[in-house]
Amino acid sequence: MKWIDDRFPWTETMKYHITEYYASKNFNFWYVFGVLAMVVLVIQLLSGIFLTMNYKPSATEAFASVEYIMRDVEWGWLIRYMHSTGASFFFIVVYLHMFRAMLYGSYKKPRELIWIIGMMIFFVLMAEAFAGYLLPWGQMSYWGAQVIISLFGAIPGVGEALVEIIRGDYSISDITLNRFFALHVIALPLALIGLIFVHIVALHEVGSNNPDGVEIKDYKGADGVPLDGVAFHPYHTSKDLVAIIIFLIIFSGVLFFAPEMGGYFLEHANFEPANVLATPEHIAPVWYFTPFYAILRAVPDKLWGAAMMGGAVLLPVFLPWLDRSRVKSIRYRGWIYKSTLTCFTISFVLLGWLGTMPADGAYVLATRFCTAIYFAFFLLMPYYTTLDKTKPVPERVVYNG
Amino acid sequence: MSEDDVDRIDRNRRHFLTVATIATGIVGAGFAAIPFLASLKPSARAQALGAPVEVAIGSMQPGEMVRVMWRGKLVFILRRTDEMISRLSDELDQLRDPNSEIVEQQPDYAANDTRSVKPEFLVVVGSCTHLGCAPIEDFEVRPSDHWSGGFFCPCHGSKFDLAGRVYKGVPAPLNLRVPPHRFVRDDLILIGLDAGAA
Repeated sequence: MKWIDDRFPWTETMKYHITEYYASKNFNFWYVFGVLAMVVLVIQLLSGIFLTMNYKPSATEAFASVEYIMRDVEWGWLIRYMHSTGASFFFIVVYLHMFRAMLYGSYKKPRELIWIIGMMIFFVLMAEAFAGYLLPWGQMSYWGAQVIISLFGAIPGVGEALVEIIRGDYSISDITLNRFFALHVIALPLALIGLIFVHIVALHEVGSNNPDGVEIKDYKGADGVPLDGVAFHPYHTSKDLVAIIIFLIIFSGVLFFAPEMGGYFLEHANFEPANVLATPEHIAPVWYFTPFYAILRAVPDKLWGAAMMGGAVLLPVFLPWLDRSRVKSIRYRGWIYKSTLTCFTISFVLLGWLGTMPADGAYVLATRFCTAIYFAFFLLMPYYTTLDKTKPVPERVVYNG
Repeated sequence: MSEDDVDRIDRNRRHFLTVATIATGIVGAGFAAIPFLASLKPSARAQALGAPVEVAIGSMQPGEMVRVMWRGKLVFILRRTDEMISRLSDELDQLRDPNSEIVEQQPDYAANDTRSVKPEFLVVVGSCTHLGCAPIEDFEVRPSDHWSGGFFCPCHGSKFDLAGRVYKGVPAPLNLRVPPHRFVRDDLILIGLDAGAA
């Protein structure tokens, strides 16, 4: 060990980041989603690598190569389902991870940068999922890509040129497929891994937040260890292991018994090869994009619809500055924030469901209403968080263990 | 419970739990690895494409050679003349493995003087045992060169006799490989399966 330590900061790194990294002892289940996201990342990387061994990124061969994997490659069906199930679970975990930050004010000073990097991870993840979805070259792959890429055409001036540059061709073609393959397999995963690394480094610099929003570093013992902290290893690692196992049980349940999830994880329309001449009746992106897709459709104008959708995705970046409350955790906030967060959450879920529905009749009205709530939650936040009557925050963490 | 009880760590319990968890984890990882590793094996399509090949030999003339593909490899089928068969024992002392003692290079039924099921028909993989080039036919007899006919590899000069046996003093170390094969009928050879297999 000394031989290694003389040449590499091994023991030092282990101590700083793991055995002597102190996180609060009052973590609840909301705090497992970061680790679970890493577990899903590993699942996606492993299953993805093995899929790439048999997949063919060409418009003529892609669809057939996926069927080849499903039918002829040994255990190919399982590896494919791991990847598709993993993609959906990635978003479930990431949305819950982000929600934790909203519950406990984990984006507030001094953790703004962690939040910003996290939002960048979210954007890269969306691009990664979008690029990946084109690869099976099914009806939904093709037409979903057609719709979303042509959105960029709404940008005044550069729009059309931009769309052509993204596609690499005059319409979505084999060229587009090949470059999306390169993005999905190499470029975006590298970016994702780099951002995740930086995300964790930024976190460790400041230290984790906790459900009470109390800074544990404010009260340290004589040995410099926060009084309310416990070492990441072995305490949080063992707790996370339990969470990981429970997660894997649920994941395996879906993987083996319901990988299609009624058409939400693997869409029915995608079991047909892409047909340039016929658009499916019902275009919807995969469930994790539907809230933003609903917002896009709510606005009856190409440019403004796209702008609103973009705005909806970007707005959360500004949470650290929109949120004026002196209190971090929802446990000590007043009724105003609790109500607005509840309304926001319900709207977001509703928007998600509405995004899968056809864009007519009562659905349009409901979508516009929910869109308004979504934007109001963020844009009015500086006002209502100032007004909100908060409860006194304790000095030390509340722990009943 | 007194203060002391609460603070004391049960190291034995900890040790047991740690070892049990790690052991279970290793078993789990082993199970999880199976699909990934198994997927590396030839797929159903590869196996179908690698299925045995039937070759009709009824119209082959004595001295004629036919080339077929099996599992992506070239296979030579040579209908030897009686004269060629008699010449097989001419240069035995010039061969590395005249008695086909290296078992990997031929099935049991081809570990004989003619390296074949029937003396007339030689079936060998047309891949030089040096670095894999396809040897060319050289059936002309040249007594001055001690050459009784056989195969010559153009890449590095390896020589094989009319039973695919390798000569001494050439780079190739082994006799040409005899693939598993059997006679379905007198005029039909199946390459890829032994008589013993279904």
